[in-house]
Amino acid sequence: MTEREKMLKKLSSYDFALVELHLYLDTHAGDRDALAKLEEYERKAIALRDDYEKNFGPLSPMSEINNPYSWINSPWPWDNGEE
Amino acid sequence: MWVYEKKLQYPIKIKRPNAALAKIIISQYGGPDGELGASLRYLSQRYSMPYPELKAILTDIGTEELAHLEMIGTIVYQLTRDLTAEQIKEAGMDDYFVDHTAGIYPQAASGVPYTAASMQVKGDAIADLHEDLGAEQKARVTYDNILRYVDDPDVKDPIRFLREREIVHYQRFGEGLRLLTDRLDSKNFYAYNASFDNTKIQPR
Repeated sequence: MTEREKMLKKLSSYDFALVELHLYLDTHAGDRDALAKLEEYERKAIALRDDYEKNFGPLSPMSEINNPYSWINSPWPWDNGEE
Repeated sequence: MWVYEKKLQYPIKIKRPNAALAKIIISQYGGPDGELGASLRYLSQRYSMPYPELKAILTDIGTEELAHLEMIGTIVYQLTRDLTAEQIKEAGMDDYFVDHTAGIYPQAASGVPYTAASMQVKGDAIADLHEDLGAEQKARVTYDNILRYVDDPDVKDPIRFLREREIVHYQRFGEGLRLLTDRLDSKNFYAYNASFDNTKIQPR
């Protein structure tokens, strides 16, 4: 696994925790423990995303780190494995 | 609106192509219980939902299904990468190849193109949530059936992830249905018309 893949996997695991906690909170909005977990993972994900994008280019067309224009250069998700 | 993320929900890196496997897995791209239908079903059903929790579940799960659609597309793409026309024929995928080459087309394993006839939007919260519970179970069974044919751990791993998501979505839809029936008027013994006849729903 390349350094980029390792970092992306870590970020994906944080983002997955966020997806799962959001879904859970949709039907358990009063669960304070889950809400605290959501905030914890949000902090972790934001920091790691920032770090990733500085090193490997933008993950979203809305990313601030797109100067010089690099959206088209970083690998597309389905091409993983051709690096 | 939506914003695209240039990453998969779960990593996929398939080293060995296998066109025979691609031919069955494509059913979760455009088949009757596939991810395209799931996404379209939930994102279309959400407009007539009476409670914010239900709008949230359908929006969030419908969005996640789009990420799953991309994962299935990636699996099929990587399974058919770098194959010769001869290898495609040997694997029995020549009938797909003649129309789509190695492109990703939404169809069932049987070759039937994606059709919205495989899903419904009833405009009734109880009817729609029951369909959604069934849809998650049907998708889970399809993944179980796919897993019967998969030996390659590179393929098995992401398919098992997708299978587990069906189970979690089923759980959330079940909670949504309970939340809805709990709020029905106590005189509505048979739980009907929860979306259209608002008198049957208790105000929040």
